[in-house]
Amino acid sequence: MRWAGKSIIPVLTILAVLIAVWYVAAISMNAPFQRDTNARGGVQPGTWEFIGQTLSQPKPTLPAPHQVAVNVFESTFLRKVTSNRSLVYHSWVTLSSTLAGFGLGTALGILIAVGIVHIRALDRSLMPWIIASQTIPILAIAPMIVVVLAAVNVTGLVPKALISTYLSFFPVAVGMVKGLRSPELLHLDLMRTYNASAAQIFWRLRVPASVPFLFASMKVAVAASLVGAIVGELPTGAVAGIGSKLLAGAYYSQTIDIWAALVAGSVVAALLVTLVGVAGRVVERSMGAQPS
Amino acid sequence: MRWFTPSWQVLVAIVLCVVAAVLGPASGPEAGALADPTATIIYPYFTTKDYIFGLIFPAGAISMMRIPAVAAALVLFIGAHGAAWLLLSGIAGFEGTALAPFYLLLAAAWLLAWRCVTILSSLAPAGRGERMLLRLLIPAIFGLWLLIIWEAVTRGAGVPFVLLPPPSAIAARIANSLPILAADVKQTILKAVLAGYVIGCGAGLAAAILADRFGFLRRGLLPIGNMVSALPIIGIAPIMVMWFGFDWHSKAAVVVVMTFFPMLVNTVTGLAASGHMERDLMRTYAAGYWQTLVKLRLPAAAPFIFNALKINSTLALIGAIVAEFFGTPVVGMGFRISTEVGRMNIDMVWAEIAVAAVAGSVFYGVVSLFERAATFWHPSVRGG
Repeated sequence: MRWAGKSIIPVLTILAVLIAVWYVAAISMNAPFQRDTNARGGVQPGTWEFIGQTLSQPKPTLPAPHQVAVNVFESTFLRKVTSNRSLVYHSWVTLSSTLAGFGLGTALGILIAVGIVHIRALDRSLMPWIIASQTIPILAIAPMIVVVLAAVNVTGLVPKALISTYLSFFPVAVGMVKGLRSPELLHLDLMRTYNASAAQIFWRLRVPASVPFLFASMKVAVAASLVGAIVGELPTGAVAGIGSKLLAGAYYSQTIDIWAALVAGSVVAALLVTLVGVAGRVVERSMGAQPS
Repeated sequence: MRWFTPSWQVLVAIVLCVVAAVLGPASGPEAGALADPTATIIYPYFTTKDYIFGLIFPAGAISMMRIPAVAAALVLFIGAHGAAWLLLSGIAGFEGTALAPFYLLLAAAWLLAWRCVTILSSLAPAGRGERMLLRLLIPAIFGLWLLIIWEAVTRGAGVPFVLLPPPSAIAARIANSLPILAADVKQTILKAVLAGYVIGCGAGLAAAILADRFGFLRRGLLPIGNMVSALPIIGIAPIMVMWFGFDWHSKAAVVVVMTFFPMLVNTVTGLAASGHMERDLMRTYAAGYWQTLVKLRLPAAAPFIFNALKINSTLALIGAIVAEFFGTPVVGMGFRISTEVGRMNIDMVWAEIAVAAVAGSVFYGVVSLFERAATFWHPSVRGG
């Protein structure tokens, strides 16, 4: 908390500078188009009036922060949640496939990690591939999974959730292998002097030791699975979701909509990561860890 | 001293073989030929079926004898992969006709390979070269079997081509469309990824040094940088395409933004990594800020900087490929993936993904090589 108090002023200052830069950039980037429009209309506005015009275009090159804020506010609070134009609706569509994929991916990652820690042949043969797979742009197969599954009549939530699963299980598997191996030799020896069975060592020593690693990698995984869900919505002209909102905005040059969708995605991401972090802290505290 | 050590993988494999022999025909045409001996029906494994049994049985049996582990592994390797090769080459041309014995034989061969890997994993050779060879061989066998099972299932069960093409078809497609793939790689990787990567990492490094110089900036930027790394930055792709046009410049811009923050956060962490003793030593030398930075703190931060460079190598590829989904000239890996998916040329998509995987691994490997050269003093490299 002390740390947060010390950095709150710098953070706010930098955010203020960023917003100021944003306004300046918005004015200068929107100016050429506005000048053209005014020249065609034969209007000669004053400097302040001109700046006002650049900040209130319907399809600006760079929308001003307040335009984005108004759009986000309107499409979040003023429209019915079930409406096609509500950001809450689109966020929910993306969130549901993110969560489904995240849950599945975490379970799969833990399962693989348990296998790797206990079966030597699996460790030697699978682990290099898991590490190598981190270097591959996995996201590139997202469109294919969606289209191919649509060809066999699997549409909607499942394909997107599969992409999220795929993206989120790698961090969890790698983190859990590290976590399950984190107990020191001393502790393992102690368990052995207690004549503990393999299952007992696993449940009483390895699992508790791996919990901090699990939550750290789940934070990465949940962010990755959100990206997976958004990209999964891009290729097929999906009808709903943050990704489809981005794509529709790109097609019709609705820049304000794109930025609003970005804001929605960021809010969802921040919420998910915070939620996992809080869950991790609660679990660790209930297991007797010292709050750091 | 027993002359015979049973292993459950080999025993199960032999049981599977016996079941396969009892069940008889391994494919639809073969069943037809047996039912009607007078007709001449060409069927898979017309002559090679005995060889398959002849490979699996002796290989399994010999491997359980008391022979050196290397010899047992070699025998199993030959038996498993010879049988797999016969099975795969036989089913080509008879897609979708495989019956239960085909899969049983495949499973038997796979169990032999598993046994082979188990023996290899328990080996602990003394020489460094041999250890290295084992470290490569074991995952290679795993990868090979992934491909074999993929090929066998897609061909044996006749999985529709649009759903999942067999790896051999993908390899053929890669070989046939090298010019297109080369053009795509040139557009996406050599132009967009490299330009964006260099600018993004350079800017991140510069911003980190600035943030290090001014504590106020660091306290403000670090929380923001940490938060941004969790956001779906990829979403700025449509905006960048709108600003910088369809060509590679817009993709490079996406890559710049995606690589900036990991570099910033890691470098700031790394610059704090040098110890108090070393910094005090620099002070006793009357070294200025820049001298301390260049001679002590940047080298000490190198492992962190290279970590960011590695993370960014993957992020850069993803950013460039996904940004191409929003609009490109008619060349580029992302463009090819999205259009060929639309035309249901799934094998071309897989070819492009294979190329992307290889490119990503090479990129990562090159960065790792530089890391080994630059941080030769670090325990993780020295101990290797």
